[in-house]
Amino acid sequence: MPKVTIDNITIDVEEGTTILNAARKIGGRIVPPAMCYYSKLKGSGGKCRTCLVKVAQSSAKDPRPMPKLVASCSTPVQDGMVVQNLTSPEVAEARKGIVEFLLLNHPLDCPVCDQAGECDLQDLSFGYGMEETATEDDRREFPVIDIGDKIKLHMNRCILCYRCVYVADQLTDKRLHGILYRGDVSEISTFIGNAVTNDFSGNMIDVCPVGALTDKTARFKSRVWFLKPMDAHRACGKCPGKVAIWMFGNEIYRVTGRKDQFGEVEEFICNECRFEKKEPGDWVIEGPRHIKRQSVISANHYEEMKKQSIIDPIAGEMNKQE
Amino acid sequence: MKSLTNRSKVVSNKQMTFWERIYFPAILNGMRITFGHLFRRKATVQYPEATREFSDIYRGKHVLKRDDEGRERCTSCGLCAVACPAEAITMVSAERKPGEEHLYREEKYAAVYEINMLRCIFCGDCEEACPKEAIFLTKELVKSEYQREKFIYGKDELVESPDPAKRVDVSKRQTKEVLEFKKDKRYKHNK
Ligand code: SF4
Ligand code: SF4
Ligand code: SF4
Ligand code: FES
Repeated sequence: MPKVTIDNITIDVEEGTTILNAARKIGGRIVPPAMCYYSKLKGSGGKCRTCLVKVAQSSAKDPRPMPKLVASCSTPVQDGMVVQNLTSPEVAEARKGIVEFLLLNHPLDCPVCDQAGECDLQDLSFGYGMEETATEDDRREFPVIDIGDKIKLHMNRCILCYRCVYVADQLTDKRLHGILYRGDVSEISTFIGNAVTNDFSGNMIDVCPVGALTDKTARFKSRVWFLKPMDAHRACGKCPGKVAIWMFGNEIYRVTGRKDQFGEVEEFICNECRFEKKEPGDWVIEGPRHIKRQSVISANHYEEMKKQSIIDPIAGEMNKQE
Repeated sequence: MKSLTNRSKVVSNKQMTFWERIYFPAILNGMRITFGHLFRRKATVQYPEATREFSDIYRGKHVLKRDDEGRERCTSCGLCAVACPAEAITMVSAERKPGEEHLYREEKYAAVYEINMLRCIFCGDCEEACPKEAIFLTKELVKSEYQREKFIYGKDELVESPDPAKRVDVSKRQTKEVLEFKKDKRYKHNK
């Protein structure tokens, strides 16, 4: 099994694993951010360059560094490879440039956008971005359109990661939307205004890293940080039925897939669960979802307290001595 | 044990002297201090006939601003509500319909916006948080009322009048940097 070293941490991984997945196996802060790669969508990745890393040593046989930074989501590891992510100033610099490019056409409308608070691009620009933009050109502008009666498309916000296209391709039986045109004028569109109606199309809302595709049934209802995310499930014939519901008091405002630590849904859910089951009686509620302390959503969010507090073992020791 | 701070006093039970026992000098001294105060400047004013001068950045009642064209600036982003330490702000958002562009600046607006003035501690965190230059505190005071419900101010109390003569000037509350930034027409915010 190839041995790879990422930011001075060595790990053995399967043949053919990408650098990104090897880093995810190690976990923690050394995992490069990814805006277009989605482990559950075949063929995704390689579009956004957010995941660039430096390969300081190509392999045990060939100790030369790779001449350029490589996209970690689509570069397989080789035995003896040495990778730098956080430890390389070059990578930090490059990522700053990438964020600037991703924001070239992205409007600054987080106050309006329903994705704000759980948006990968927000996190990324907070971590790596600059305050200023270097360009003077106007951003691209598109009208806001409905694709189907349940999904809103804000093409202004799209970063062309292609994830939604892979969802349409791989999850739904009939692909109805894709990317039209090329380069600076490319845009997501449905086939001549066709509605996207099949059972799993709602998942494109979850995979979209920005607020380009949003849930119309929850549109402008509240901001994510005022809602309480709960794990819930129901018996569903079409999908596993394991979801996160977002509650305001006793009302369910929104249903989404359960996102893991890398922002990917654990299981894709069907449109019936996502859009139609908004009564608390429809769901068996398991309890509050775990939200990272750093997230704005964790404000006023209480999870079950650990039974054993941190001082319990110490108290035990002290009792013994008496 | 010796005191660490050296501030402790040892209590003594000493006898008063003759002068201390007749009390007269102490009473005279007390009266001198009292009369002395009659001729000092007063610390109070006769409100409401007289009012104090307010600082330009006094934090009183809030105003929800309109932009130069009279459109409401607030986009119901909820940042003021999440910043508010007193949980005084609530709002309900709505989507702007075609034809309402002259009323609301953004696609989303606050259909209901309420501040509970009894909860508010006038800290100004809401105006600090607002990305749209929509909410500001003003020099105006919150009026007294007989019913608690009257202190929940809705949009009717908060949004400023579209009449240009009645606009609330908040430029003195903004830093030099902000005023400078507002001249930069590259940003949509300033258009
Ligand atoms: S709409 Fe979202 S998921 Fe689709 S390409 Fe654009 S950013 Fe990616
Ligand atoms: S001034 Fe402070 S307490 Fe009052 S509404 Fe604003 S943030 Fe809340
Ligand atoms: S007043 Fe400002 S911070 Fe508050 S909701 Fe409106 S735009 Fe957002
Ligand atoms: S995540 Fe690797 S290029 Fe986008």
